[in-house]
Amino acid sequence: MRGRLALGLAGLAGFLLILEVIPRLGLVSSRYLPPATEIVGALGRELAETAFWTALRDTLNGWVLGLLIAAVAGIALGLLIGAVPLLRELTASTIEFLRPIPSVALIPLVVVLLGTGLESKLVLVVYAAFWQILVQVLYGVRDVDPVADETARAYGLDRSARIVHVLWPTALPFVMTGLRLAAAVALILCVTGELVIGAPGLGTRIAIAQTSGAVADMYALIVVTGLLGVAINVGARAVERRALRWHQSVRSEAAV
Amino acid sequence: MLNVEGLRKTYTGDGRAVEAIRDLTFTVPDGDLTCLVGPSGCGKTTLLKCIAGLLTPSGGTVTLDGTPVTGPPPGMAVVFQEYGRSLFPWMRVAANVELPLRQKRLPRERRRELVHESLAAVGLADAHAAYPWQLSGGMQQRVAIARAIAYEPRVLLMDEPFAAVDAQTRADLEDLIRGLWQRLGVTVLFVTHDIDEAVYLGRRVLILSSSPTVILEDLPIDLPAERDQLHTRATPRFTELRTHVYQQIQAAKNTVHADR
Amino acid sequence: MRVLKWTALPVVLIAIWWFATAGSEEFYVPPLQTIIESAPDVWTLDRLRADVLPSLLRLLAGFTLALIIGIALGVLIGGRPRVRATVEPVLEFLRAIPPPVLVPVIMLFAGIGDGMKVLVIVSGCVWPILLNAVEGVRAVDGVLTETARSYGLTGPARLWRLTLPAAGPQIVAGARQALSVAIILMVISEMFAASSGIGFTIVEFQRSFAIPEMWTGIIVLGLLGVLLSGLFRLAETAILGWYHGLRRAQKG
Repeated sequence: MRGRLALGLAGLAGFLLILEVIPRLGLVSSRYLPPATEIVGALGRELAETAFWTALRDTLNGWVLGLLIAAVAGIALGLLIGAVPLLRELTASTIEFLRPIPSVALIPLVVVLLGTGLESKLVLVVYAAFWQILVQVLYGVRDVDPVADETARAYGLDRSARIVHVLWPTALPFVMTGLRLAAAVALILCVTGELVIGAPGLGTRIAIAQTSGAVADMYALIVVTGLLGVAINVGARAVERRALRWHQSVRSEAAV
Repeated sequence: MLNVEGLRKTYTGDGRAVEAIRDLTFTVPDGDLTCLVGPSGCGKTTLLKCIAGLLTPSGGTVTLDGTPVTGPPPGMAVVFQEYGRSLFPWMRVAANVELPLRQKRLPRERRRELVHESLAAVGLADAHAAYPWQLSGGMQQRVAIARAIAYEPRVLLMDEPFAAVDAQTRADLEDLIRGLWQRLGVTVLFVTHDIDEAVYLGRRVLILSSSPTVILEDLPIDLPAERDQLHTRATPRFTELRTHVYQQIQAAKNTVHADR
Repeated sequence: MRVLKWTALPVVLIAIWWFATAGSEEFYVPPLQTIIESAPDVWTLDRLRADVLPSLLRLLAGFTLALIIGIALGVLIGGRPRVRATVEPVLEFLRAIPPPVLVPVIMLFAGIGDGMKVLVIVSGCVWPILLNAVEGVRAVDGVLTETARSYGLTGPARLWRLTLPAAGPQIVAGARQALSVAIILMVISEMFAASSGIGFTIVEFQRSFAIPEMWTGIIVLGLLGVLLSGLFRLAETAILGWYHGLRRAQKG
């Protein structure tokens, strides 16, 4: 375990070293790729600026709100659709059709309808994150053991009690997987919305750094989005593990 | 001829050393059917993997017809206990049997012939086009056996191949192995923890101690060559032999090695 | 009955859209009728050839390159525990970067031509494929590996008949994620800097306030997404037929 950690750190150090050496040797112009030390310097400057923290807060705001709305809607609709077979059959084709529509297709629409503020960004985030959660919840509901459901029925549990005691516990691991995937997708769409639409946040700051030729700052901000992404992935996995500690089956990633 | 000489295997890791096998020496003559039997967890699988060239022993040598085994030798086929995980699930039955033959670069005609013969020999002549996971456990293990015999090995190693199938299937498969062994003249080394199975199948039974493993006894099985489930198992001699093996293994379990 | 259940809700939704927007005075939400009527004029064969086809070709090129690079590196890394432990943190970081922010970076290097757009798609798509391939190769069943070894399966045969099929389900899962990333990047890179392509066209309509045309563009892009995911599913069924069968068999 300790060996793995050391190797991983060595890998990161090597990565930084390569980033430092390539522009220094002139293999790539430092106008395109500044040395790692300069990026770190720019990162330091960014951290000292209030505008950076405002941008970070805006991004996180959009991410949290979007994920929350998508989660509530996805879980509620998923359980409802999943619990009523007729509803499941009626909505199947619509879900199959709407899900693969790329959320970026909505960009022009939200710009003309909602402008370039938080709402536009939210629509993109919610649209992208919602399907991830809904689809996983539906998988989860489909996974319900018929014997468990029949047992519950035989003991006279009504539909709402069955949702609480049979459906929900079975679907929970899938819900968690959906949330983890949605969390990552939500960040992507959040930053995309900022970058393309100009809704305030880290994405806009990257766009500004690019157009003003502040290359090192641009890289520093990209590093921040990457670290944010890592934090979200690690956090989501930790939450998933914690929530499923009681669950005997640790589901494999392949099922995702 | 398969020769195992002074074989030792010690696992090291996390600063601890676990001695799995201590000094094993035995010989399996050509065309013999030897069963290795011992208490569970006695390093049988470790031993088999050392012989198959899948594990490097810590000491001692394995030689097949005078050639030291350092990696999987060409004249050897292994049938694993986990039939479900030993067959390639993305290949149909025929392709599974054929794969090692392609590796041997046999011409297509010969490959087809061998696949047909070996699948017929295990009673699966109509299963060519099925995927392994469409078959029952016993049938899957038959496919694994077919793959092994199609390979035309001189030595067939079997690692508790019937431990995961039901009793009825198990009896059928035991007779299948006896039959194939007699017909093909292949050398078989059969590892099992089932005493009845070892006595019923073997021409000779090597009784292993618990880990770190040594050989407790090399027991010739003087039952007639023609055996069948009903009568052989009912003979007094069979009962005597199995009682003997049973006692040896019980004693092995209760003996704690002096230095452990 | 099945057909009815399959079509009922879509028909109802489209009808609602049709009647709710009929006679709409709202500039940005034209009647569905207007949108549909304007579609044939906008999406002519010439337009499809000039804008949709190049987009699709860039998408295909980027996705294919990402597949090749991701699988090749994944096989190299996945089979070597020490290499894996060394590069995994870096890969996790690179994957976590939201791919669209790479657009400005790659514009620095590769300008605003086709090369840039393909590179953007590759640089975004390669991570899910690579990381899934690494995981898939790492997790090849031990018994299967030993079986292959004992039958002398080595070299290219081992790669084609053991490693790649065994890692297949994981790789496909990664490729599915990569495909949706690829579509996003195709559109974004064209919105940023392009003179053709479907993303460019839609933004042009928006900027020139050709609203019904913009709506048709969004619908076409949506249909493209549906089409691509349908094609992906066909490919998946062909490649992973055995895997789905196996899973069904295990579930009993």
